[in-house]
Amino acid sequence: MKGTGITLRDVTVAYDRRPAVHHVEGAFEPGSLTAVVGPNGAGKSTLLKAIVGALKPVSGVVDRAGLRSRDLGYLPQAAEIDRSFPLTVADTVLLGAWRRTGALRGVDQATGKQAREALSAVGLEGFGRRAVGALSAGQFQRVLFARLLLQDAAVILLDEPFTAIDARTTRDLLDLVHRWHNEGRTVITVLHDFEQVRAHCPQALLLAREQIAWGNTDTVLAPANLLRARAMAENWDENAAICEQPAGTAA
Amino acid sequence: MTLYNALVEPFVEFGFMRRALTACLALSIGSGPIGVLLLLRRMSLIGDAMSHAVLPGAAVGFLFAGLSLPAMGVGGLVAGLAVALLSGLVSRTTELREDASFAGFYLASLAAGVLIVSLRGSNIDLLHVLFGTILAVDAQALYVVAGIASVTLLILAVVYRPLVAECFDPGFMRVVGGRGSLYHLLFLFLVVINLVAGFQALGTLMAVGLMMLPAAAARLWATTLPVLTVVAAGIAFASGFIGLIVSYHLGVASGPAIVLVASLFYVLSIVAGRGGMVRRHLPRPHLTG
Repeated sequence: MKGTGITLRDVTVAYDRRPAVHHVEGAFEPGSLTAVVGPNGAGKSTLLKAIVGALKPVSGVVDRAGLRSRDLGYLPQAAEIDRSFPLTVADTVLLGAWRRTGALRGVDQATGKQAREALSAVGLEGFGRRAVGALSAGQFQRVLFARLLLQDAAVILLDEPFTAIDARTTRDLLDLVHRWHNEGRTVITVLHDFEQVRAHCPQALLLAREQIAWGNTDTVLAPANLLRARAMAENWDENAAICEQPAGTAA
Repeated sequence: MTLYNALVEPFVEFGFMRRALTACLALSIGSGPIGVLLLLRRMSLIGDAMSHAVLPGAAVGFLFAGLSLPAMGVGGLVAGLAVALLSGLVSRTTELREDASFAGFYLASLAAGVLIVSLRGSNIDLLHVLFGTILAVDAQALYVVAGIASVTLLILAVVYRPLVAECFDPGFMRVVGGRGSLYHLLFLFLVVINLVAGFQALGTLMAVGLMMLPAAAARLWATTLPVLTVVAAGIAFASGFIGLIVSYHLGVASGPAIVLVASLFYVLSIVAGRGGMVRRHLPRPHLTG
């Protein structure tokens, strides 16, 4: 599969005028595997939401190279999903076929087979009829990865996919991330564990509301950058002035 | 008294009992699934607020046409939709969340409704509007209730998947499906029309009874959504049937009898349901794998 790049042109996303992501500029190259890192409140999830179109930037442009939102594979944070919902594992995975089924069309045999194969690929063969509420956190995350497999998207965005997940599941799911990367898909993932980032992601974007560094992981995660990111995240100005930086002049 | 005398004869003897039972069946089929979705969308109390919101419209209908379900239904529909839209607008354009804006509008609606009814009607009329008169359901009202149940099932068939997906994983749904607001509005429309159907039988104050109580009870028995909706509709109809029988034999008001029976199902489910107290707290042998 040929990946598609995502280009950010001076993107600012704000909640009630306060920027959560401030003048971010750069590109996720086609087929790249990039970790988005930064302290809590750095704007990582906000940036992902802006990329998938769930949040509208107050200035700047997210260029998805012609891809529509629905063509992206997106894994939200686990906390945003209602795990007590009375849905079966199979139905959850089949949501990944939305581009084909939409709201109305039925699930054909081929799609059903793909869903079963996706469940096998994440190690949950035969789990189709179980309720998602009966799964462990790790099993549930495997189900969501199976949904991503069914989506078969050229660009995949993961928001903290390994939070509160055991080591074995993390290893298995990281293998899937590598598989997507090797297939030429563009993968963007929010991660907290720097060792994980260094070991698995060639590219990184370090955010602290503003863009601290973007490029090769070793360069981005240099101690000076990490120190700067922490200082910026802790720097909350109650009386911040209006940002005068003209659009299109991001670093 | 034989079982036939107790359970069947009232419906064989009296047309009004048959019509009331048919109305309960239609209400259950429409309101059961809607109640389940309200519950799963964490909107149980919004359903209650909406049931009060239809009152001023129903009262205006009453002012012009007396106790006529079509007139009061149209009025209730307009008022309910207006409150739903206004509340949605306020929650999207201000810091207030949807439940707070609903609370504000429904209280105003309830007060306006009671005031309008009191302008013309007697206390008896007010009681009819507030607490319903299912035994007075005529053929015309029955068509309205059955029509609403049919429309509900048809629209639900169309929006079921996006509604479920949006409720389960709103972030994912916003990305792949879009149009979340449209589905939400359609759902609120279904809530309002089912409350309009319910208020003839149970009155504006208890119309939500056959919606929420069976749904909450069913949640304690079923683990998958299709089963949940069927169980909720079944409990709603059983409540209607038993409530009518009780009201017939004991000579008590039918609307409250129906809602009380639904409440008993709810209490029974809390105690004995699959997810209820007994199962959760009594030691049971565990499985091998």
